[in-house]
Amino acid sequence: MDPRLFTAVVVVVGVPAVLVGYIYATELGLRLAPAVWRDRIRPWFWLAPALLLLAVFLILPTIGTIVRSFQNTAATAFVGLDNYVWFFGSNDALIALRNSALWVVFLTVFCVGLGLLIAVLVDRVRFESVAKSVIFVPLAISMVAAGVIWRFMYAYEAPGTPQTGFLNGVLAAFGIDPVPWLTIDTLAFNTILLIVVMTWMWTGFAMVILSAALKGISPELLEAARVDGATEWRVFRYITFPLLLPTIAVVSTTIIITALKAFDIVYTMTNGAFDTDNIALLMYKTLNDGEFGRSSAVAVVLLVAIVPIMALNINRFRAQEAVR
Amino acid sequence: MQQSTGAWRRVAAVMGAAALVFAACSSNSSSGSAKTVNVIGTWGGDEEKNFKAMVAPWEKETGNTVKYTGTRDINQILTTGVASGVLPDLAGLPGPGQMKQFAQAGALKPLDDVLDMAKYKDETAKALVDLGTVDGKTVGVFIKAAVKGLIWYSPKLHDYAASPPKTWDDLTSQAAANKGNAESTWCVGLESGAASGWPGTDWIEDIVLRTAGPDKYDQWWAGKLKWSSPEIKAAFQQFGKVVADAYGGTNTVLTTNFEKGGDPLFKSPPGCEFHHQASFITGLGAFKAAKAGTDYNFFPFPDIDPKYTGAIEGAGDLFGMFHDTPEAKSLIKYLVTAPAQDIWVKAGGALSANKNATDYPDDIAKRSAALLTDAKIFAFDASDLMPTAMNNAFWKAILDYTKDPSKLDSILSDLDKVQVDAYKPS
Repeated sequence: MDPRLFTAVVVVVGVPAVLVGYIYATELGLRLAPAVWRDRIRPWFWLAPALLLLAVFLILPTIGTIVRSFQNTAATAFVGLDNYVWFFGSNDALIALRNSALWVVFLTVFCVGLGLLIAVLVDRVRFESVAKSVIFVPLAISMVAAGVIWRFMYAYEAPGTPQTGFLNGVLAAFGIDPVPWLTIDTLAFNTILLIVVMTWMWTGFAMVILSAALKGISPELLEAARVDGATEWRVFRYITFPLLLPTIAVVSTTIIITALKAFDIVYTMTNGAFDTDNIALLMYKTLNDGEFGRSSAVAVVLLVAIVPIMALNINRFRAQEAVR
Repeated sequence: MQQSTGAWRRVAAVMGAAALVFAACSSNSSSGSAKTVNVIGTWGGDEEKNFKAMVAPWEKETGNTVKYTGTRDINQILTTGVASGVLPDLAGLPGPGQMKQFAQAGALKPLDDVLDMAKYKDETAKALVDLGTVDGKTVGVFIKAAVKGLIWYSPKLHDYAASPPKTWDDLTSQAAANKGNAESTWCVGLESGAASGWPGTDWIEDIVLRTAGPDKYDQWWAGKLKWSSPEIKAAFQQFGKVVADAYGGTNTVLTTNFEKGGDPLFKSPPGCEFHHQASFITGLGAFKAAKAGTDYNFFPFPDIDPKYTGAIEGAGDLFGMFHDTPEAKSLIKYLVTAPAQDIWVKAGGALSANKNATDYPDDIAKRSAALLTDAKIFAFDASDLMPTAMNNAFWKAILDYTKDPSKLDSILSDLDKVQVDAYKPS
């Protein structure tokens, strides 16, 4: 039997079998405990596998990385803040930090803005589901595939030769010289172009969630406002938008995290050349240069950047739970 | 409830039993017969086809399979692989610099007992044997070789075969005289995915070798000559002059893939007069379909300083063994033999480190091979000898300099900073 088929069968059959067996075994074990305690201990048994996996694959590596960021490359000595000093002193690293900030701001603004706009506009049109499907589809492809597709969009050939890139092809049709899009780093233009690629993928996500929330707004509310003489803009500004704010917060948080993790697109399209580097790619590059201490320091900087957003997220969950 | 727990118990028991039965029945279907050797290399497209053709006779003879994966990010994969232990059986090593790092980390297995060392040393150019040695042990062998820094031209524009320019000044004056309707003097293509910028490093190396000499060249790649020193700075500036007169201008130079970099030679009117590239370009881009000798020809990079005449920069694809399984050993032993080398050599675009592999397809390949074996001063590609971090920074510096030559001083001082860190023993 093909070893891969065998592995597939073992996994599909064995994993649920092991889980069920585990629950069954803990039930047997609980019978040994006094009846009063059973209900208190049971949740911990059920949580134990998940907590164990979290500890091994999430908590331990995080602690390990933080410790590693204070060590030298060979992990033979502690060098204090040297790696962080390098990070904040290196021009390349600071550009990567700047670009990551741009990613966070612009990706969120573009995705949420466009998503909201499309959700509102498409809400009362007959071809709504078709439009939404079309905009949602890019989310299904991998980021590397998106990177390759958009490389063709931005491709550049020498002036006077046939253009293979879509944008330059359009310019050529109007007799304008081709533009080497991805090499223009004034005002971080090429980084914005990369953010556009990610926006193309993730607007669908924002749109779908905002559209669902939009449909959750009671139509009587909007009717009442219109009957009272409010224009569409005022209805949107004073009723729809405030009611959508919790959803916008959720979508924004997800997109901010995606922006900080953005790697595939930058890697496939420019590999960080022409000042398009960002934190995730910098971490990868220092890692493959063998600079493990520095790579860990970059990872910790990324972690610290995400912490405030995580804190906001947790606060919001707590607030929601309190209401329930 | 009693009923359903009983039912669940039975389901669980059956599933568990089934899993156990499958475990017991798991016969190693891969035992005995055909073994697989995992190989990774940087080759893709045509180069990959040629490699597969090279291993086909071995596969037929031994009944084993070679599983080849091509990637341009071989630096990354091997560096993380050495740290994590996830490595292929054989791999193309990025260069002698990285080979040394891997050997000292204990990841590369010595080949002295695997190859027929006497025959290998007899058949292979000494310089290339030595480059594959670390601490007295052979850990890398050259599967194919290349001569770098050949100046390619189209004889249709002007035929230099009879009297090629012998010095750089001679080349510049002849270029001006013979320009005809060519758009520019040079064609340059720097793009190459994660390794973009490397064709420019070949330019700088050729210039440094011929202006500062082999000793300074060796100091440079060993990290003992600063990047901001006058020799290296002058080399960059000379490269800058080349780019200033390159087809399509800076933007085209930066965005054209190296495989297509020389294609404008074949346009009419020609896009450029010359293209500087290694011997393997004959198997890529528009060179592949063109006819050797009639459509394209080459002369070696001319001397710049007469003191350092006869210098040749060479490179090669170095292979090493990470897992010494019997199949891997047999494969690497086969790969260095003349019959194996002849397969790729015959396909074109490759030279062999093996003196007995002489099945060159045309006169151009024969002349390139002769340059390799007859070189008065042989230098190996400097960036391949540098540590990974330095190599990556060098590539990036080429791109940054091409984009904005006015930033040369800050680019060189950044390279100096990397140099301080990169050469520290880790």
